[in-house]
Formats: sequence, structure tokens, C-alpha cells
Amino acid sequence: MRPERFDSWLTVDAKGLYCRPGGFHIDPYGGAKRAVITHGHSDHARPGHQHVLATRETLAAMQSRLGSAASRGTQTAAYGESLQIGEVTVTLLPAGHVLGSAQVLIEWKGARAVVSGDYKRSADPTCPGFELVPCDLFVTEATFALPVFQHGDATEEVEKLLKSRAQFPERAHVVGVYGLGKCQRVIALLRDAGYERPIYLHGALIECCALYESFGVRLGALKSATGAKREEMKGEIVLAPPSAIADRWSRRLPDPVTAFASGWMRVRARARQQGIELPLVISDHADWNELTATIAETGAEEVWVTHGREDALLHHIQSTGRKGRALALIGREDEDQ
Amino acid sequence: MKAFAELLDRLSYTPSRNDKLRLLADYFAATPDPDRGYALAALTDGLFFRLPLRRILSDLLGPRVDPVLFDLSRDYVGDTAETIALIWPAKTRREHPPRLATVVQTLQSALAMEVPTLLANWLDQLDATGRWALLKLLTGALRVGVSARLAKTALAEWSGRPLSDIEEVWHCVDPPYLALFAWLSGNGARPEVGARASFKPLMLSHQIEDKELALIDPKDFVAEWKWDGIRVQAAHQGGERRLFSRTGDDISGAFPDVVEGIPDGVVLDGELLVVRGGDVAPFNDLQQRLNRKSVTPAMLKSHPAHIRLYDMLFEGGEDLRDMPFIERRARLEAWHAASMPARTDVSGIIDFASVAELERLWAGARETGIEGLMLKRRDSPYIAGRPKGHWYKWKRAPLTLDAVLMYAQRGSGKRSSYYSDYTFGAWRNGEGGEPELVPVGKSYFGFTDEELKELDRWVRNHTVDSFGPVRQVEPKLVFEVAFDSVHRSTRHKSGVAMRFPRIHRIRWDKPAAEADRLETLAAMIVE
Repeated sequence: MRPERFDSWLTVDAKGLYCRPGGFHIDPYGGAKRAVITHGHSDHARPGHQHVLATRETLAAMQSRLGSAASRGTQTAAYGESLQIGEVTVTLLPAGHVLGSAQVLIEWKGARAVVSGDYKRSADPTCPGFELVPCDLFVTEATFALPVFQHGDATEEVEKLLKSRAQFPERAHVVGVYGLGKCQRVIALLRDAGYERPIYLHGALIECCALYESFGVRLGALKSATGAKREEMKGEIVLAPPSAIADRWSRRLPDPVTAFASGWMRVRARARQQGIELPLVISDHADWNELTATIAETGAEEVWVTHGREDALLHHIQSTGRKGRALALIGREDEDQ
Repeated sequence: MKAFAELLDRLSYTPSRNDKLRLLADYFAATPDPDRGYALAALTDGLFFRLPLRRILSDLLGPRVDPVLFDLSRDYVGDTAETIALIWPAKTRREHPPRLATVVQTLQSALAMEVPTLLANWLDQLDATGRWALLKLLTGALRVGVSARLAKTALAEWSGRPLSDIEEVWHCVDPPYLALFAWLSGNGARPEVGARASFKPLMLSHQIEDKELALIDPKDFVAEWKWDGIRVQAAHQGGERRLFSRTGDDISGAFPDVVEGIPDGVVLDGELLVVRGGDVAPFNDLQQRLNRKSVTPAMLKSHPAHIRLYDMLFEGGEDLRDMPFIERRARLEAWHAASMPARTDVSGIIDFASVAELERLWAGARETGIEGLMLKRRDSPYIAGRPKGHWYKWKRAPLTLDAVLMYAQRGSGKRSSYYSDYTFGAWRNGEGGEPELVPVGKSYFGFTDEELKELDRWVRNHTVDSFGPVRQVEPKLVFEVAFDSVHRSTRHKSGVAMRFPRIHRIRWDKPAAEADRLETLAAMIVE
């Protein structure tokens, strides 16, 4: 018999979202007994769990970032493979966010709940595309849940970068990128645009790129920016974590144009506060149109909003006749930095 | 519109002047007429659209955007026009984005009732950057950090023509500047300056050095007071009256009181001042009237403008610029005595027998508004630019204050990795009588690159708190701050505002407790 209320079996406790009949958390805080992890970013894949279920790529990303602290026991699930955990059936499906990112489909007594994790619908050459999963309850992210966030075509943003490089050939272009996902996507987009020169990397990005390559994502020639001569980097593209692009690290570069690849760059004040000279609107999260379309397409009668700007999205959900609820999970305030 | 929108977008984020020049020059080179001419007009504040834009946009948004979502978005973005540009429901196929020239020309001839439909259609056809640029264009204030002067400098760099030539023809050409672009791209003659009131590039002076001062001979040089206003050129030719700033911007609209008094046939050089009852008011009073497109009747009465003349470039259509200074000066005096134009006088010549005497006269001068002395060679022709050995300025030593560094902010562009903008304070007694620092000014120059590195390191090592790009530091480092003057201000917590403050010396040696007090600064206020 189908349960009447979702919050009778999917609850929020101190560690995060918990599936009671399955006995596991999804993307919990450290020290969970059993965790299902949607993807490898640090605000979702935290250290110290006793047992983790995730895709092979996500487990590898956790291993690379956290080492032995990643978890004690692990279990790999392929996309689309259904596993019985306690009383529920769990299936991981592509979320299109980064390599290995998954939505979690949980089926129990005829009810279907999908926890999206982070996702996007737009094309990404470095990971499998989002797969729509019809469900009764959809637990969605809301990082860019304001109608001002309508991310355009990422290829146009990369063209903007290449045009600037042609216009300022004596300067380096340093692009701030998140290490897992955004970095490799920007590289792949550059390659798709015909850019074949070596791309210089900040030391913190090298391991993630190697991880992607080990899963068969071709990134072309990459070079370490550490130790490279200033003269050599004129006219080159350098990728670095956002914290390094306008700080002491970047002083080694010849008069760098500071770029930043992020969905936040859509808002001028955000770019200006960070001293960005070339904002590139490239996001690995769903924009407003993708969020609202996905909610409608899943057919869910109830939608829970995990983190981000949930007031706008809840307003939308309620105005389209669905039941909405803000989960208010802590620690997920400002993603995609 | 796409190229124009891209240009504005890049300019708005580009801090460096040279990089802006390159972006502008590339745009002028790659963009056809008449679009580039309208872009130039927009960048030099030459386009006005009298539209009830706020009302039109609010009517257009009503049926398109949920008001709750709009308000949430507006709160997040912080700017209404940008919010509209971002939130406008995107069309999946944008087939006919308008050209910049189409937008400008259509609006110039459109009826008021047609504008909302035109605008909605354009917003549908443009992407977010294009919509943002369109709305900026229609508000008439681009605010992308490009002055009219910079735009003209870009024209000079792109075309290889001297900036002074472009400034001279500037006020005789009109949007979309087809004749100007034809000339600059080598496909046409230089536009005719003719009989119209056009800007003549100014002759500028050098700061005098001690060894030059020692060589000044009263036989060769005359002296005048250097007045603390702004340099202007007043012209009345071919029935047009105009007042230009030193960079050739037309500021007539803000100074109708002096413009209407300029008699026909002259081009005059002088200092624009606020003068009440014959006395020059502090620069702060003039400041109230600058950077406005027009002026209120109340301002005209409370802050009356005046030109103190010191040179004459044209009289009755005759070009005097090749004459020696002393002859031009005689023509100016004779003309002024005969025509007695209102709201002007002639800057007096100071008799002196030696530099030492000049120095004594200067030390004894108590009149306000004197910023220093000008020394001009008697036989100098009027030469555009800053020729060597002709005109010297001899300014008073600046005022100084020992202030304590309180906050440091990241700079922009090349300095974005450095804490290079400094807010400093002076001591005063707090409510409980204990000493406290109150910010008195902010400056980001006056130090060398080497000193900047040291300051950056000091800031990072002495941070007590940080707010975004700003760090609060321990109140331990003293700056000797130099500034030109200090004024009362209601906008600052300290009640004072410095003019042109710069870091004169870093007093690594001086204990912060020995820095100056607010009262010391307040005593320097010019009333």
C-alpha cells in the first residue's frame, strides 16, 4: 500500500536527508552509517562515513580528494542498475552535473522519489547528460533558482574567451574554475572550439584532470603553470581555482586578464566584487528555465527544495499547483564557486 | 547591436585605460558606418532619448513577469535595468536582432505611442547582454568608465591622426559622424571647421623645478596668480556660444550664466570660478556646479560662475595663436576694456624684479582661491599641448597630515592581487573620552611599486577583520598624507573631506599614537 506522506519515510535529521526504510542518508555530514553520494564535490561527498554507495567515478573522485578518510566500505552502482537496500530499491541515474554525478531514484511501496543532487540539462562534453526520471516526489537543488539566471550557450562564452585572447595576445588569460567538473568542461569546450595549444594548470587542478582522463575524457595537452616562465605564458590560457586568480599566485603571470567561469557571472555585481575582467557564464547547475521545466516534466506532485534560493522556486511550485517544501539543509549556501 | 553590446560589456569590466583604448579602436576598425558613429555618440554623451522609460518598462513587464519573482530578483541583482535585461523571457529563436543604427534612427522618428511595441520587439530579439546595452543606451548614461576624451583618444590611436586635430573638428561634426570617419579612415577630406565655435586644443604648463626657477628672468617672463578653478575655453563664433573644459567637453549647459555673456567673434582662455561679491569662492563651491548637464535657478543665484581671462586665441575671426603672448595679452586687455562682458575679468599681471620678490609677494597673498603662480614667457606663441620652456606653474607646497591606516582594499586591474586602496584616520576622543580613530580620507597612489609590495605584505600580516575585498588592519601604521585642501562635508563621519589626498610618505618609524588629531585637520578647513 502506497504511503500517504513522503515525510513519513524520507526525513531530515542532523546529518541531512535520511531514507528510513532503506537505512541510509543522501549526501550527509560526516560519520553516517550508510551514505548514498550523488557526486564528488566537497559539500556533497564528505569524509568519514562507514559505508558509501556511489558511481565508480564519484568514488574515485572521493578517493582522490579524501584519501583514506573517504569511507571504510564502498559499493559501486552503475547508472540504471537497481539495488535493493533494506526495504527500498535504489537506482542511480545521470544528473549531467559533473563526471559520475547521479540522481538517486528511491522506490518504496509503489512510491517513487528522486533526489536530484546537483544537475544541469545543457550539454557537457565531459559527462553523460541528465536523464529525466518520472516520479511522485522530486527533491531538487535550487542554486540558480531566480528567473534572472538563464545561462546561455557555453560555447559562446568560450568564443568570448578566445576572442579576448586574440585581442590581447601579450597577456595571459587566467580562468577561475572549480576543480572537479568546471575545469575539464572548460578545457573540453576549448578543444571543441578548435583550440589546440597546451592549457596551463594551477597545481590544485592537475589531479582532477588526470582522473577525468583515466575515465576516457580526452583533454589534450596540459602543462603545469608552476615553474613555467612568465615570458612563456604570454597569450596562453591558464586555469586556476577561483581563490588563486586574483591573489598572489597570479602575480607570476604576464598582466593576466582575470576570467571566471561560473553561473554567478551572469550578475554584474558578483563579477565586479571579485575583480573579474572577463566573466564567463558557464554553469554546471540548472538555470531557472531548466529547474522549472524539470519539475514539470518529472510529473511530481510534491517538490522539495534543498539548497539555494528556495523562496523563488517555492513560489513558482505553489503557483503551478504543486506541493512545495524547503528542506533547509545546512552547509550548501553558495555552491559553484 | 551585438558588437556594441559586446563593447560596452567588455569596457564595463576593463579597468586599464590602455586596454579600453584597444577595445574601442578594434570596435571602430571592425564596425561599419553608421553604427560606429552612433556608438561614438553614445560614448561621448551625444545621444538623448526623451522617453518615459521607467513607465514603458513597467507596462511591458506586467504581463511577462510574475511580480513576486521580479522583486526577489531585483533584490538579488541590485539594479532595476540589469534585472529587466536578465529576467526578460528569452525567445528560443532570435532571428532579427536590430542594428544599433536602426534603434537610434527609429527612435528619433518614432511617435511616443509606438515606442513600447518597438522596444518589446527589440528586447525579444536581443540576448541578455544586448538587452542590457539597449537599456543603458536608452537611459542616456552608459557608465562604462569611458570619458569623451578617451573615446577621442581611441579614434586618434586607431586612425593615426593627432588627438588635437580630432578635438579641433569635434564640435563641427554630428552623429553618426560619417564625415569624421571618412576622414579618419583615409577616405575623405578633413571636416571643415569653418566659422563654427569649435574647441582649440589648449596650451598647458609644466610644474617648475628648482633649477628652472633659478633661471627665471623678469625680462623674459611675466607672472600671474594661478587661480583654483577649472581651465576653460569660451568661444562665440558663427552665432554659436560654447564653453569647453580643458579636454574639449562642451559644458555650456551647466554654465548658461557665463556663456550668455561671451561676445561674438572671440575664443578666450581662462579659469572658471565661483565668485561672490568679487571674492573667489573655494573650489568646493565650483565643484557643486560641475558634472551636471543643466543647472537650477537656485544654484545660479547661490553659486554664480565667473571667468577670469588670461588669453585670447581669436578675435573677430582673426587667429592670434602665432602672436607672442604679450601681444595677445594686449589685445585681450583692449578688447575687454571696450566690450566689458559680464561675469568676466582679466587676470592681473604681477610685477616682479626677482624671483625672491615674487616669493615674498606670494607669501603675503591672503586672497582665497590662489593655488600658486603661473610664469609665462613673454614671446611664447599659443602652442597646443605641453611645450617645454614656455609656461610654468609654481604651486604651493601641499598640506600634510600624519594619519593612521585603518582599512585596505584590493585594487583593480594590475593591482587586483594587492591591497592598494587605503583608508586612513585621525584621532579624536570617543564618547567615553578614550582616543578613537575616525576615517578622514582614502588614497591609492603616491607610493612606489616596491612600497606597494611592502604595504600589501604589512596589510596581510596585520589584518584583524575582513569584509569582502576590504581588510581592517591593526591601527599601527602611519602615513604622511599630502592634500591640496580640506573642506567641511556632511557625507563623511569625520565631517571633513580632503581634496586630492595622496600617500606622501610611509612613516614606518612613527608610533600610531603620535599621529595627528581630527582637530588639526579641521583647523585647515577653508571657509
